[in-house]
Amino acid sequence: MPKVKVKRKGVALDMTAMCDVAFLLLTFFILTTRFKPNEALAVDTPSSVSEIKLPDSDIMIISVGKDGRIFFGIDGQPNRINMLQRVADDRKIQFSDKEKYEFSLMDNFGVPLASLKQFLSTPGEKRAKINQPGIPADSLNNELRTWVFHSRYANPKIRIAIKGDRGADYKVIKDVINTLQDLNINRFNLVTGMEAKPQISSL
Amino acid sequence: MAEMMEGGGGHDKKGKKKGKKGAPRVDMTPMVDLGFLLITFFMLTTTMSKPQAMELNMPDKTNEPVKDQLVKASQTLTVILGKNDKLYYHMGTIKDVEEGQYPVEQSDFSSQGIRKVILQKKAELGVDDKGIPKLIVVIKAMDEAKYRAMVDILDEMHITEAKRYAIVQIIPEDVAFIEKHFPGSTI
Repeated sequence: MPKVKVKRKGVALDMTAMCDVAFLLLTFFILTTRFKPNEALAVDTPSSVSEIKLPDSDIMIISVGKDGRIFFGIDGQPNRINMLQRVADDRKIQFSDKEKYEFSLMDNFGVPLASLKQFLSTPGEKRAKINQPGIPADSLNNELRTWVFHSRYANPKIRIAIKGDRGADYKVIKDVINTLQDLNINRFNLVTGMEAKPQISSL
Repeated sequence: MAEMMEGGGGHDKKGKKKGKKGAPRVDMTPMVDLGFLLITFFMLTTTMSKPQAMELNMPDKTNEPVKDQLVKASQTLTVILGKNDKLYYHMGTIKDVEEGQYPVEQSDFSSQGIRKVILQKKAELGVDDKGIPKLIVVIKAMDEAKYRAMVDILDEMHITEAKRYAIVQIIPEDVAFIEKHFPGSTI
């Protein structure tokens, strides 16, 4: 039998299926992505074997940096404005609508109340370069207490998490925990990274 | 590159005849390219690992301490977190140690360190009638201790399943006690 000579042509691949897959994955990533927030304070959290996930919403995060600076942030823009309004009323400070709006855009902040107004009026790019001194939490001027107190009124469902740097001194963490306990908050979360649970050999 | 190819190809004459041809085939290659490019972008920018959280319950400060909740000193293991990731532990109270009843020792956060001690003590003391280990771990951290040490010791509590533990404020007596037994460790 003579061999049939097949003329080779460029193979036209049907790309439709591949395209479907690509866009399916794309949709998945678009929906699940959460951009890394521009953090003013770098916190390198310690790792733990805990398997509880940190919730995304209704959360207050008190960050403690390596140098002991305390930053504070809650989620939700209306909650932030509500909280600022309450704190302003409490401390007799006036904030303009623009300042409130600027405040609501910040994920977290670390400036004392006295310089908050000035901080908010600084334009965005300049503000990112300001070295924020942290929120005072000592017993003489415990502004952290004020913020925590009013944020719980702004959002009663809020849960509290402490995000400490692994190198932070325990003294600062102790101050934060004491502040929370003063407000009768005895249940909170510590934000940690993931770590595999080691096997324990029975003794 | 985006070319349209008619279904059968070559059959239609002068493009007038509209036969029962399939839908026009679109070259999907650039679309796939674009799709994968965007996937790559989102994959690289996304933060997939959600941070974990560790639940911590502290005792209520406002209430008067419950009187009958006194614990047996022989069941308590006190762990003191010191400077430079050092860790000291002893059974019983400071007084018991000073009387020579229990030793005070130094350890670390490795698997052969405090974990072994906790597991050993837990096994020694056994469980109560509810099946909860009798061992009570009291954690005290010096001001100079790092936050990481605190998380690590809480982690050890989870790993060893020592159900009863408490974070207690350190008092100057504890620091003096450690300094006495391990000179130079707290300076």
